[in-house]
Formats: sequence, C-alpha cells, structure tokens
Amino acid sequence: MNKRPHEVSTATHLPAERVIRPKTGLVPINFGELWHYRELFAFLAWRDILIRYKQTAIGVLWAVIRPFLTMVVFTVIFGKAAKFPSNGVPYAVMTFAAILPWQFFANALTQGSNSLVASAGMISKIYFPRLIIPSSTVLSGIVDFAISFLLLLGLMFWYQVEFRLHLLLLPLFFIVGFCAALGVSLWLGAMNVKYRDVRHAVPFITRLGLYVSPVGFMSSIVPEKWRLLYCMNPMVGVIDGFRWAILGPKFEPYWPGFWASVVVTAVILVSGAYYFRSTERTFADLI
Amino acid sequence: MSEPVISVRGLGKKYKLGATLSPNTLRDHIAQSAKSLFSQIYGNRQGNSPLPNDARHSTLVTSASRREFWALRDVSFDVQQGEVMGIIGRNGAGKTTLLKILSQITEPTEGEVRIRGRVASLLEVGTGFHAELSGRENIFMNGAILGMTRMEIKRKFDEIVEFAGVDRFIDTPVKRYSSGMKVRLAFAVAAHLEPDILLVDEVLAVGDAVFQKKCLGKMGDVTKEGRTVLFVSHNMSAVQQLCSTGLLIEEGAIAYLGATEKCIDRYLKSASNRQESIVSHAATNDLAVKLHNVTVNGSTNDRQNLPIGCKQLDIIISGSIDRPMPLLLEARIYDLREQCLAFFTPRRVREHFEVLPEGRFCLTESIGLPHLNQGEYILSLYISEYRNQGKSPIRLDKALHLEAEGTPTVTGWVFRQARGNGWMLLPEAEPSSDRDSPTLSATDDRSNNAPREESSTVED
Repeated sequence: MNKRPHEVSTATHLPAERVIRPKTGLVPINFGELWHYRELFAFLAWRDILIRYKQTAIGVLWAVIRPFLTMVVFTVIFGKAAKFPSNGVPYAVMTFAAILPWQFFANALTQGSNSLVASAGMISKIYFPRLIIPSSTVLSGIVDFAISFLLLLGLMFWYQVEFRLHLLLLPLFFIVGFCAALGVSLWLGAMNVKYRDVRHAVPFITRLGLYVSPVGFMSSIVPEKWRLLYCMNPMVGVIDGFRWAILGPKFEPYWPGFWASVVVTAVILVSGAYYFRSTERTFADLI
Repeated sequence: MSEPVISVRGLGKKYKLGATLSPNTLRDHIAQSAKSLFSQIYGNRQGNSPLPNDARHSTLVTSASRREFWALRDVSFDVQQGEVMGIIGRNGAGKTTLLKILSQITEPTEGEVRIRGRVASLLEVGTGFHAELSGRENIFMNGAILGMTRMEIKRKFDEIVEFAGVDRFIDTPVKRYSSGMKVRLAFAVAAHLEPDILLVDEVLAVGDAVFQKKCLGKMGDVTKEGRTVLFVSHNMSAVQQLCSTGLLIEEGAIAYLGATEKCIDRYLKSASNRQESIVSHAATNDLAVKLHNVTVNGSTNDRQNLPIGCKQLDIIISGSIDRPMPLLLEARIYDLREQCLAFFTPRRVREHFEVLPEGRFCLTESIGLPHLNQGEYILSLYISEYRNQGKSPIRLDKALHLEAEGTPTVTGWVFRQARGNGWMLLPEAEPSSDRDSPTLSATDDRSNNAPREESSTVED
C-alpha cells in the first residue's frame, strides 16, 4: 500500500498497486512515503528560508536584533532592577542562553501553526504527505537559531565565559526543543485548519509563555514543591538543559523535572502526529 | 496487459452542506451545539429548525439530508493503460471531486480506487508558486511539488524555460511577471512531467490563444507517448481532439461511458434540455443598468427553432438605466463546441448612437443571418456602451440556443453542420469586376448591419 516507485516506470514493468479507500480509526504514520517525499520537504524548508527576509531592509539582521533586545530588556529588568540571582554568571549570558531555545520555539509555533492555512492552495490542489508542511516550517527556523547562536558565542567571548565540553551536549537539548516545537505545531496547525481561533491564541501563548518559562530568570527560584509541576512545561527542561550546557555545573538541571519535560514533549509529539494524521483527511475539504 | 491501471469501484464522496452553517470557530461550534440542543428540546413543538430564516424553506426534509450532499455516488469504471479519457459534465457534477479523490487530495466516503503507476495531478497551474521567488526557484519548487526529482528538473530546466519563453526574466521574482508569463512558466513545468498517469483539470483555459494552442499540442504529444490521461474539460473541441474515450458525469453519477463523440453529443443534449427565459442569463457588471425583458423573434424562451428561410433575428431588449448612457447591442454566434462563428457589432458600422435618457429604455436591433446550415447555434448578447471599448454593463452569455432547420437545396438535400459541411451555405455571386478587392459575401444584402467576413475563420 502507498508505495511509490522512485523513478518513472517503463511500460514493461508496472509498479506496485496503490489503494485509495476511506480510512478509519488511527492512521499510522507512513515513514516510507515521508522518505519518498524528502526532496519536497527540503524544498519547502529552503523556500521558507529564502522568503523569510525577502523585501526587508535589514534582512537577516532581524534574527539578531530580536533576541538581542529581549536579552537587554531582561537583563535590565530582572538582573539589574529586580536583582534576580544568576549564580555569579553574567546575567546577559544567562538570559540569552534561554532566549535562544525559547525564540526558536516561539517562532516555530507562530509559523508552524499557520503553515497549513498558508499553504491552502497546495493542500487543495496536490497530494503529498501533509506532515511535511509544518515540519519543514519548524525546521526552517534552524537558520535563525544558528545566527542567534553565533551571537551567543560572541557574548560568551565578551563576558569571558568559559567554553566547556558540556557545550557538545547542546544538540541533544536542541532536539528536545525541536520535538516540543514540532509537537505543538502539529496540534495547533491541524486545529487551525478547522478552528481559526488558533490564530488568535498563538500570539497569546507565545507572549505568556515567555514569562511562564524560565527565560528571564533561573528555574531554581521556583519553590521546590512546585518544581515538578513547573517542568510539565516542556520548555523548562529544554531551557535548563541549554543553561547547563552553556554555563556549566552551577546550572545542573533538576533532573526529575528534566525527564518530566522530555516525557511531556514525547507525549505532545506522538499525540500531535496522530491527531494530525487523523484530521488530515479532511484538510482539503475544510481549508 | 489487460489489467486496468485505474479501477474505481463504488466510489462515493459526501460533503456536509452549508458553508455558513459549518462551525469555523470554536465559538460557532459551541453556539451551534447549543442551538441544536435547544431545537431538539423545543423544536418539535414550534416546528423550527436551527437554520436561519432564508435557509428554512429548503426543499430538503430531514435534518440529515439537509446537511449532506453526495458529490459522487456509486461511481465505477476502469481505465486501461494508454487510454486518454475525457471527463465532462456540468459545473458541480463531480468531475473535480473525482480527480481529487484519484489524486489522493481528498478521501472518498465509500468505495475504493486501485491505481498502478506514478500519478501526477494537475488540478491547477502554478500550485505552490511563490511571488517572492524568482522564476528559476519557482521551477524547482513547483517541479518538486508536482512530484519531480531534483535531477529530473535539472535535466529539463532549459527545455522548460524555452517552452515558457521567459529566459530573460528567469532570475526576476515572479511577482514582477505579467500574469501571462506566470501561467506560461507554470504550464511549462507541468508539461514536462513524466508520470504514468496524468490527471488534468481544466488547465488549458489559460493564457492567450497562441499559448493555448501550444498547450494543446503538448497535451497531444503526451497522449501519443502512451501515457494514461484523465482530462477534465469544458472545452469540447479539446476533448474531442485528445481523448479516446469519454466519461459523462451528471449529478455525481456516471451518465455515459464510451466513445468520445457519443459522450459529447449526450452531454450537449442534456446540457441544453432545460428551458428558461433569455433574460435569466443576464450577468450585470454595472448596477446602473437593469434588464426587464429580452425577446428574440417575439419569444422570450432561451431555446428556439430557427424556421426554414429565417433570415434575421429581431431582438428587443427593455430595461431601465439610472443615468443617461449610449447603449447598443452586440452579439456573437457560437457553435456547440463553443467556437465563435460570427460577431455582430453595429458600433463598427454606424457612426453615431443616441444617448438613451435616464429611465426606461428599449433597444431594438435586427441581425441579418446567412443561410445557416442545419444544426445548433448559441447566441450571446452584450449590451455595451458606445465608445466604451470592451465594457458591457450587461452580458447575456450563451443566452439563446438556436436550432436551425436548414435550407433544403433544389434537390431537397439539407446541409448539416454535424456532417462536416460547415455552418453556413455560401451563396453564388456575380463575378467581380474589381479584381483588387474580391468580396465573397456570405450574407444576403438585405440588412445593413449583417455580420460580414469579419469572423468567418472557423477551425475544425
């Protein structure tokens, strides 16, 4: 079922048969098909990157300015005015280490949840695995992330923060963050097709999330008994992980909480994928 | 290889009716649920439905059938390898739904389809085009969306650019392209697809005449290469040219499957069976003009017979206008394959038209007819403004269906359009004395404003 030949078949050899019939119940994810469409996936991500800063005056600088100014504001308000603790690390670096994954998550959410509706034309006119759309959109955010990451390296150099081997663990935490962003995008993107309320909810979620997640402060200032519950927000684990990898042992995460974040992320991702698969059959009719 | 490449069995697709009723936001959803709960409790006593007033007098009775609509029901057919099948039918008959199911865009409600081979569907030209990207980038993007691999696109890139004729602008963002260039580029990409099975939906109706011809030629090549093609179109001459079999869909069910010619005949017959008034075909572009009535040869029916020897159409149009306008009547005559045969434009003949005063008006015009051969013709009327080129406040497209009975010759022979004799019988003329401008008038000279040679280029 659903196997497609990779090359144009000749008349002498007819490829495997494909059956189209109403699907019922849980629809499994067809990884073979996703693999077959990998080039389209790459093209869509590439397109998103190309058009992101087209016809903007300062272009890719936006990827630098936004996290930088957020960092400045948080450093002034939380570090200087409110005098939150920072374990003796420059507050700017401490904040920026969290802004990095948060910004990626928020951008992915904003664009991912809108991606299906923005591709309405394609969805109603052509077939391809719909999962490609939100995932390629989330993936394209990596470019912004990479640019901000360079800024982080600059900041670490400026504040003479020690570069540690822990930094090599960063990709692992990034993957958790990526999965969280993708999972939430799958949920919201699929819901947005039917309920355009999502469009109004997402800016609210990202704005509120910025203060609910430990971006401008350390998660250790949350009282111990609430800590595990706090880590139900998947970004808490990711941000703690980032701080640890960048700033070293002083920021060692609260591990039970970290694993709770990972489990929540996994649940969101898997349930999101299945919700997406079971609603995608109506996308073309509803969008 | 007797096994079909596409086999469709008992296919059906159900849509929920009423876009305004379907809950698009959570709030609507909640409001809707509350309303239907309310009407379940109180509805029986009051005989009310949760529908708004204007929807209540719908002819559908039960609430289930009110909300459901079968776009396709119980459709079964086979397509053999190399077959080129034309799918025809009225708007809303379910043609596009069928293609959408075959190309997996939407899921059937019942039944199943078995497809063997690589499928490419072309439901729209330029799907996935992005205005900000250059022509080059869009070729790759669009190609990937249509299912080509990067290598394939690279290999055909030059060919595509040449076919589209946009090589000078290939690195310009597509948003700076003219709409014609955009369409050409998009079609060029699609035309270089090499699937086993191609599903095409009414995409040839774009671009200028030259490009359309090029597209038709390309489609012809595709069909000659032994690919299987399903081709949805309203362009009957294209269907006839390209397709080996025809599938007629009426109201979601197969009405005819077989030879193209017969299928088209069947469709044209069924399409023209309903009788309405001519004025009901009016489409208004300018609210200042209102039409009240249109009569042709004394009748308001949109299907009329042209009796033997009928030499003119007397058209009377009454209506009212909000401001003084220089209105005039123009007309076109088509054959059933929607090729324009003749154009009637008094503005080219007369110098002056009086400006009609505000209020009621009555336009009368008589169109002289040539000896129309036996067959069916379609008349479109345009109420145009003098000196306002191309602007018609009211159009009556395909408003009148005329069936000419044909003029028997001395031997009793009647020429038929359908037998390939063309659409009119040319009269004999006196040898011309002025050899520089030989005029072969197709018309009688009794009417001043008869359509002349202007439009007699018929390709068939």
